[in-house]
Amino acid sequence: MAGQASAHPVSLPHLLARNVARYGDRTAYREKEFGIWQTWTWSQAHDEIRAFALGLLTLGVNQGDHIAVVGRNRPALFWSMIAAQMVGAVPVPLYQDAVAEEIVFTLNNCSARFVVAGDQEQVDKIVDARDELKNIAHIVYLDGRGLRKYDHSFLTSYKNLQENGLQSGLEAQLAQRIEDLKLDDTCVMLYTSGTTSNPKGVVLSNRNIIETSKNTCEFDDLTEHEEILAYLPMAWVGDFIFAMGQAMWSGFCVSCPESPDTMQQDLREIGPTYLFAPPAIFERQLTQVLIRMEDASKIKKAMFDHFMAVALEVGPKILDGEKVSLIDRLHYALGNIFVYGPLKDTIGLRRIRVGYTAGEAIGPDLFKFYRSIGINLKQLYGQTEATVFITQQPNGEVYNETVGVPSPGVELKVTDEGEIHYRSPGVFVEYYNNEKSTAETKTNDNWVATGDAGFIDKKTGHLRIIDRVKDVGKMADGSMFAPKYVENKLKFYPEILEAVVFGAGKDRCMAFINIDLTAVGNWAERNNIAYASYQELSQNPQVLDMIEKNVAKVNQSIAEDEMLSSCQIHRFLVLHKELDPDDGEMTRTRKVRRGVIADKFSDLVNALYEDKKTIYTETDVTYEDGRAGKISANLEIRDAAVLSIEQRLAG
Amino acid sequence: MNIQATEGYVTEDGRKIGGTVLDLKNITLRFGGLTAINDISFDIRKGEIRAIIGPNGAGKSSMLNVISGFYKPQEGEVWFNGKKRSAVKPYEVARQGVARTFQNIALFEGMSVLDNVMTGRLNLMKASMWQQALWIGKAEKEEIENRQKVEHIIDFLEIQAIRKTPVGRLPYGLKKRVELARALAAEPDLLLLDEPMAGMNVEEKEDMSRFILDVNDEFGTTIALIEHDMGVVMDLSDRVVVMDYGRKIGDGVPDEVRNNPEVIDAYLGVSHD
Repeated sequence: MAGQASAHPVSLPHLLARNVARYGDRTAYREKEFGIWQTWTWSQAHDEIRAFALGLLTLGVNQGDHIAVVGRNRPALFWSMIAAQMVGAVPVPLYQDAVAEEIVFTLNNCSARFVVAGDQEQVDKIVDARDELKNIAHIVYLDGRGLRKYDHSFLTSYKNLQENGLQSGLEAQLAQRIEDLKLDDTCVMLYTSGTTSNPKGVVLSNRNIIETSKNTCEFDDLTEHEEILAYLPMAWVGDFIFAMGQAMWSGFCVSCPESPDTMQQDLREIGPTYLFAPPAIFERQLTQVLIRMEDASKIKKAMFDHFMAVALEVGPKILDGEKVSLIDRLHYALGNIFVYGPLKDTIGLRRIRVGYTAGEAIGPDLFKFYRSIGINLKQLYGQTEATVFITQQPNGEVYNETVGVPSPGVELKVTDEGEIHYRSPGVFVEYYNNEKSTAETKTNDNWVATGDAGFIDKKTGHLRIIDRVKDVGKMADGSMFAPKYVENKLKFYPEILEAVVFGAGKDRCMAFINIDLTAVGNWAERNNIAYASYQELSQNPQVLDMIEKNVAKVNQSIAEDEMLSSCQIHRFLVLHKELDPDDGEMTRTRKVRRGVIADKFSDLVNALYEDKKTIYTETDVTYEDGRAGKISANLEIRDAAVLSIEQRLAG
Repeated sequence: MNIQATEGYVTEDGRKIGGTVLDLKNITLRFGGLTAINDISFDIRKGEIRAIIGPNGAGKSSMLNVISGFYKPQEGEVWFNGKKRSAVKPYEVARQGVARTFQNIALFEGMSVLDNVMTGRLNLMKASMWQQALWIGKAEKEEIENRQKVEHIIDFLEIQAIRKTPVGRLPYGLKKRVELARALAAEPDLLLLDEPMAGMNVEEKEDMSRFILDVNDEFGTTIALIEHDMGVVMDLSDRVVVMDYGRKIGDGVPDEVRNNPEVIDAYLGVSHD
């Protein structure tokens, strides 16, 4: 059986057996504990997992049972997931920062009978809600601190369970369970975050995970020599595919941080070669670097500024294999010795071969910074239902606006409505116990609707994401109206805090702009522009000039897109007040409420479309202490430079 | 519950408390004409969390200093682990298994957290200064053992991220935790905490309470603490001694103490004639 398994691994336990045979003595897992990187080879990890699987059998785990796993990234939690698969159960990783009621919902939704919890905090959530959790039969915990006094009739420590397992004599049963595993069995169930409704359990099969891992490892040439640091939430499909799927397929080593607070230090010590992070992580790192450079000595600061200018010019070209003059190359090499190298070392990215960012749009400056110092940062587009990968950027073809070409094995199409659909080996099996949602998302021949609108860029052949489909509208002439896409472009300018674009059902697009008081105030100070209030600054002619230029630049870049060129902003005004959740103009998570704003400022919207030059307006405001008041202002409306189709064709 | 018996007792949450570790008999401490402690007797049992409370100037810190051997009472006897304590220096008390933290943090500001905690192991190091300086004999083995112990404590108190940070750069709440770590590093039989939560916000207090309970639970350390926050005291401790103007005015489980009229008077401020 073992020989057969290594030829065609049908499950992660089979892949584990294959890795033990291939890489037995190579390091498979690391975790920093007690100040030292503890390591486990593939053979040692296999022994740990087997013992735990036997332990699960002593608890009476049946095939098809759901076993929830909740805690921070730790080797033992990864192992417990593989052990669950060994006995034919389905691991369900949960978000460790989820509040008790969310955990109760998911545990009841999948009728989980067992939970593997990282520590007391997680155990408490389950113990406290035991009355509502009818199905839970047993909890296994990793870190026993503070649990000594708990009722141990339904609690067992990880170590004890392993010992029980080793003494159980259930080896034959375990072997049978492993043999029963099939390629189309469920590998894992992951709950989608559910911002609008209750979370849905996405069922992914062994086939989904294994084929996707194989394809994407080949895409980026990932081998058993990679190093990664697993620090993203275990419940997130990304963590599962990187630290379980791809790691098991390629046989590379997964390291786990010592604690959530030591992530940056651990990153530096491990020096991963492969990394995945949302833009926020990169942003935080860059901010830290820039703040520290402000405090550095003059010589260091001058060197940093000089070589960063060089890097921004030639770095991305070198990374993309374009032609660069010898002098520039030498200049860049010098910079690498003095600045980029030490900098990459400090932020722990010196050895990065492949880095991915996904989750949300990354700012062009941020993206360029990392690429310019020689970090091969790329974008990918995906979702849980696709086992992550839908498109990704190949080496040497990295453009800021696009998210790359379809990942290996993925078929892509854009419907007439502009929605992106895909079909791939990674397409999920179903939403657990939710046929209605499954049918709404997935067709019978496995095409999945993403809910995102986008198009294939003509020049590069790469996919570009515009917006959520439900936010995309049509203009009077039937062309596409994608407000968030335009607003995001505007917001990449530091002077612009918020933007609201109107144009659904109209002939032209108009915009409200909110200036960023910090950035514009700073600029005003440097340019000796006096102002008494936000309102006054917002209507300063020089500020309006600056915003007008930014809008014109945005128009220019929008005009390059055939499909979106009608979204250019014809006229705009700068609002006299900041959009505020207290006034109902934004959500608490700071997303603009287009409808509310259009109603509240209907006079301003009308003025934009009526080609007036100025408009007098009165607005209700709520002060911080809850009192209500009114502010009034004369707002200037400006026209922005718009490129016509003829100009575009000529250009 | 008969807590007068010296054999120990069982707490409400089912923990078994052992026999007497520390017995204070008729302690009186004077500074010149001022009587800081006036004929006080109480005991601390193995494994319990014992609180000493009272208004400002009641003599709580003096009491702790008597226990730690820093002050020598003019009258009375201190019995520790079944032996009557003769006149000893504080470091000798420390060697006997008493460790403490201070009301005003007393750490080495310029040293890293790790080094500070390592100093707590001083009394457990047997290699001579020369062996350590020349890295011969038992020095290396001992250093590794000590570091392992210290790393367990760092892990336990969740201060891994500041292991190498100089203590001077840390915020107040973390310094308090480092001080606790250093005291724990000495593997004490009796841990004295002088206002472990003074100056902390609610969240820091919750964290510290959890650590104190966990220390008691995990290492079985007997803990005596002084604290002002009544909520914290009543939640944490098994038994409470109440002091006022150098006298003991109450002693018992939190509920008894809470309902003791003399204690209520002391806290609500009845005039002393």
